[in-house]
Amino acid sequence: MSNLLSIVTLLPLLGAIIIMFLPKEGKNAIRSVAFTVTVLDFLISLALFFNFEIPTTAMQFVECYDWIPSLGISYHLGIDGISLFLVLLTTFLTPLCVLGSWKSIQERVKEFMFFMLFLEVGMVGVFVSLDLFLFYVFWEVMLVPMYFLIGIWGGPRRIYAAVKFFLFTMFGSVLMLVAILFLYFNITDPATGRHTFDLMVVMSQINFPLNVQMWLFGAFALAFAIKVPMFPFHTWLPDAHVEAPTAGSVILAGVLLKMGTYGFLRFCLPLFPKAAVEYVPLISVLAIIGIIYGALVSLVQKDMKKLVAFSSVSHLGFVMLGLFALNINGVSGGLIQMINHGLSTGALFFIVGVVYDRRHTRMIADYGGLAKVMPVYFTVFMIVTLSSIGLPGLNGFVGEFLILVGTFQANIAYAVVAATGVILAACYMLWMFQRVMFGKVTHAENEKLPDLSLREKMIFLPILVMIIWIGVYPATFLKRMEPSVAHVIEIVKSSETTAHETLMPSTKLPVWADGCWIIAPEDRTW
Amino acid sequence: MVIPILDFSLILPEIIVVATALVVLLVAVLGRGQSAGTLIVLSLVGLAAAIIATVVGWSGNATGFNGMVVDDQFSRFLRLILLSVAALVVLLSYQDLEDKRRAGEYLTLLLFATFGMMIMVLGADLLMIFLGLETMSICLYVLAGFQRRATSNESSFKYFILGAFSTGFFLYGIALTFGVTGSTQLPLIHQKFAENPDTMGVLAYAGLGLILIGLGFKIAAVPFHFWSTDVYDGAPTAITAFMITASKAAAFAALIRILTGAFFDLNVDWVPVLWVLAAVTMTVGNLVAIAQNNIKRMLAYSSIAHAGYLLVGLVALDAQGASAIMYYLMIYALMNVGAFAVAILINHRGKGWYQFDAYRGVGHRYPFLGAMMAIFMLSLAGIPPTGGFMAKFYLFGAAVKTGHITLVVIAVLNSAISVYYYLRVLVLMYMQPEGEVNPVPRSALYSLVLVICAVGVLGFGLFPGAMITLLSQSLPML
Repeated sequence: MSNLLSIVTLLPLLGAIIIMFLPKEGKNAIRSVAFTVTVLDFLISLALFFNFEIPTTAMQFVECYDWIPSLGISYHLGIDGISLFLVLLTTFLTPLCVLGSWKSIQERVKEFMFFMLFLEVGMVGVFVSLDLFLFYVFWEVMLVPMYFLIGIWGGPRRIYAAVKFFLFTMFGSVLMLVAILFLYFNITDPATGRHTFDLMVVMSQINFPLNVQMWLFGAFALAFAIKVPMFPFHTWLPDAHVEAPTAGSVILAGVLLKMGTYGFLRFCLPLFPKAAVEYVPLISVLAIIGIIYGALVSLVQKDMKKLVAFSSVSHLGFVMLGLFALNINGVSGGLIQMINHGLSTGALFFIVGVVYDRRHTRMIADYGGLAKVMPVYFTVFMIVTLSSIGLPGLNGFVGEFLILVGTFQANIAYAVVAATGVILAACYMLWMFQRVMFGKVTHAENEKLPDLSLREKMIFLPILVMIIWIGVYPATFLKRMEPSVAHVIEIVKSSETTAHETLMPSTKLPVWADGCWIIAPEDRTW
Repeated sequence: MVIPILDFSLILPEIIVVATALVVLLVAVLGRGQSAGTLIVLSLVGLAAAIIATVVGWSGNATGFNGMVVDDQFSRFLRLILLSVAALVVLLSYQDLEDKRRAGEYLTLLLFATFGMMIMVLGADLLMIFLGLETMSICLYVLAGFQRRATSNESSFKYFILGAFSTGFFLYGIALTFGVTGSTQLPLIHQKFAENPDTMGVLAYAGLGLILIGLGFKIAAVPFHFWSTDVYDGAPTAITAFMITASKAAAFAALIRILTGAFFDLNVDWVPVLWVLAAVTMTVGNLVAIAQNNIKRMLAYSSIAHAGYLLVGLVALDAQGASAIMYYLMIYALMNVGAFAVAILINHRGKGWYQFDAYRGVGHRYPFLGAMMAIFMLSLAGIPPTGGFMAKFYLFGAAVKTGHITLVVIAVLNSAISVYYYLRVLVLMYMQPEGEVNPVPRSALYSLVLVICAVGVLGFGLFPGAMITLLSQSLPML
């Protein structure tokens, strides 16, 4: 099918339109339509996975139509190894979110599901756009449904959180818009002799001196850094996460934050390679501050959701550190860690949501001894916690390991400091787990808490499968990512050889032992 | 002396509008104030006829009346905006008009004001533009005070005093320009400056400066904006919508013609002035808009900010800049008229329902109204895929093209600030517990206006291609 990507992107829009015409009272009908559409979308998106060609770095499933030809804007879609799994992650998490909000959202179900589907369009659109204008449109469009999801169905401080979320993102992205316009007027498509927003053409034509690159990189990076969020732009995140309804938090952590890191990988690195090399120290240091700071703040949280929210700052710090190691291990690690974080943190927010639905409190102190009361819940919680702190055999380990190996190759000091973040992660996660799960049941209300319902099991089951799959056999994912990642790194490296002296990148690509996630670069420097 | 052959086809739409105004006046007198419905239909028919006449004569690119008017595609497009806005405002007026017996006067004044604006757009001569400006202004002075209450009277009086003051500046500017160049016709002034650089002396600059001040009042650019919010607040809401959209469009058209037509050679000096004016105007407009608690005042200040954005297009001084201003004016008219239509409905038969508190829970109680207002607010804030985004994108693109990056950065940061107060309306409509809501009547007329505006805002936002191509071919001839 040549329009596969369009179908995956726009099918939820069709669902949203159908929902618009359903009567408000038929809540279950609305939920069912939303669920069916999102599941269908996921199933269709699997075709992307199965038809994905591995050894190529070219864009696949490409669609290109004129949109506003007079301005050189086209409807250009396509994916490569970088975006493939992010698209799948989006289509995978959305039906789970619909399922997760089945019971917890009782008010204004119609609007909720409408925005949920609308949001999916924006998210998938961001990952598949190969036109800068189209990308920007999706990037901004997606703010609107998220804003409503937080603002209407959120907690007590939802309005503050929603507006803060919107404004922070907006401030970053308007500057990116200026940079995009600047690119446009300085890039000419040799085929047509006109300016163009087409990313592929821009990438092939771009050649700016370092000082211009520094500015443009800065403008793009600010937008992405706010989204990631990198320290010190992270302050919107805890508010948005804590106030958002469970499904909103899952999407926020699972997909929205990845848009920032994806942006760095898709735009900042290949478009401004010289500047990227120059920015490595700044971004790495900010990433490390984020790792440590996020972890330390998580340690002292009394609210489970806040804890998970701050842990995202820490995890995303790892991703950024990996990406800016600028070698194959670091970048692949960062990329797979994006997926991992989407799964684990998404699951953690669901886990918090489960007890919140039952008790309407998220305070750690209000729980304790749940292991005996809710045995299935206990098992799920444990696996997800272990995945989040990077236990070997589960997905988190693969990502963190690759990132740390990559960072080590680039800069030993960074790796050493960042590794303490792994330890801290174990501290705050396990401590929370212990306080919630073990000990005696201290609150009488908790004695009769029902265990996971079938619906809730259906949410966690697919996530757990993925967690273990990535943990045990990451090659499925890595071998699809690797060519595209290598391509980006090649662009960065070939741009300037002199700047490499500050780094110690692995000069040889690591050999992947088939089916094995352990990397053994031959030129280890330690 | 040769008796000039006058080609009336150039001003056929204007003739139709004036004729309609006279017919409306006549019917109103004969009908003794009992015929509001008929009058509205008559006005709409007249405006529709004028729109058809505008479209039919589209390809024209001619000057006429001894070089007094220029009938190019630029003026055709702007006339289309003006006539459409006038038609939408007529539709809005039925509800907004408190005393239906006075519909005749009201509609006549509205039509004459439209006529004045159209003349401003057509004028190829400073005096012609001045005549249009005065015709428009005098009608608007009366319309602003049309409701017999203190705020409306204050609005009218303020508008009159300051408007008269500003026309004084404008006229003095024309006189000085005439003194320097010996002509009031835009092409001749341009020619004079081009042929004889010595004429570009102090007097020329003084003339240009005074003209800029005069028009600055009309577009409510900071620091000439002080009249605007009180006037917009006090005037009948439909008229406010008219002033904010149509009269601003006409004034911008005149500004484009005068600056790029007559004073082009002085651009090294006026571009920096406009640069500062643009930056200050949008910043002040936005910052003050944040503090408003009244939808009319908020939209009034936001319109000041939008005037700042529009000035960015003039600073760009480029073909794309001019067509971007036209595109922006169109989208700006649609979203503002839509937003004011919602405001009128919410205020239905009420006093003081323009306060933000009146919007609590509106989105849930009136889903259609809420959705419409949400579209207009998001468009005003410049969020894709609305026309408001596309308009800003195109406009700021023109400025980036000509290297005004700093100004564009100021502009985009401003539009990020503006998101805050537009979102406030959404917050109230959707996220606040329902308050006391004034019962909103079902009105097919209003639904029609809202749908037209929303379809326009979304349609031109998603598929601007054809329009942009058209506009890039519809640049001012002079």
